Amino acid sequence: MAESERADALFHALADPTRRDILAVVLRDAYSVSDLARRYPISFAAVHKHVGALERAGLVTKTRHGREQRVRGDVATLRSAHRLLDDLEALWRGRIDRIDQLLADSTEGARQCP
Amino acid sequence: MPVISVVKDADARTMTVTARFDAPIGRVWQVWSDPRQLERWWGPPMYPATVTEHDLARGGTVTYYMTGPEGERHGGWFRVRAVDPPHNLELDAGFADADGHAIPETPTAVIRVALSEPAGGGTQMTITTAWASDEAMEQMLATGMEAGMTAAVGQIDALLDLSAQA
Repeated sequence: MAESERADALFHALADPTRRDILAVVLRDAYSVSDLARRYPISFAAVHKHVGALERAGLVTKTRHGREQRVRGDVATLRSAHRLLDDLEALWRGRIDRIDQLLADSTEGARQCP
Repeated sequence: MPVISVVKDADARTMTVTARFDAPIGRVWQVWSDPRQLERWWGPPMYPATVTEHDLARGGTVTYYMTGPEGERHGGWFRVRAVDPPHNLELDAGFADADGHAIPETPTAVIRVALSEPAGGGTQMTITTAWASDEAMEQMLATGMEAGMTAAVGQIDALLDLSAQA
């Protein structure tokens, strides 16, 4: 997956409060999708879809356990030093752009009000 | 694009961002020294920052919180290790509770800011973030899921910027 697609999947996965909650739950312990569905006032299909989005972002993995699949948060992904640095890089790139915009705004302001 | 380079060193546990701005050095210093300007860029768009305390003297404290889309607050603090306007600033940085009090046992980082006036005009800013240990670096994400989310929001900013240029 290209870097931009990976970032997109990650952002999409984390943008939803239910998915963030599911991730927080499965980081502590593995659950089947049915177990998870019982925790939320939404359909099994909706929970299944949320888990799929987390899986595509590499944030959870599914393992077969008898007749059911269990979902577990991928701590390795989360803890990856490189991943942390990638996230931090994106954060700082955003900050630098905002500083640039702020400096440009104030220059325009000065021109308008000499 | 103002970013010149980003150097990530997982072994040394540092990240160095170098950017160049089309503004005088004194003006660029203000984005750190003026709390109202600091709040305009520190937090990602969906997590705007509010600076509650701002003393940029040596030994001084800066506290802030970022407000998330559901109204939740993520606090943070800086402690000024060294300051030499408008060239150098060195900060300890960490997580704070909603009232701005440092949360004990949470990881901290050192942020070094250096401003210079390169030939050809403008201002170059180099920001180095360094962690004391691998644990501190890992904890930043493992204990602070919210920090990871904040960063993810920053990622979408970067993507939007890329698509805007395309």
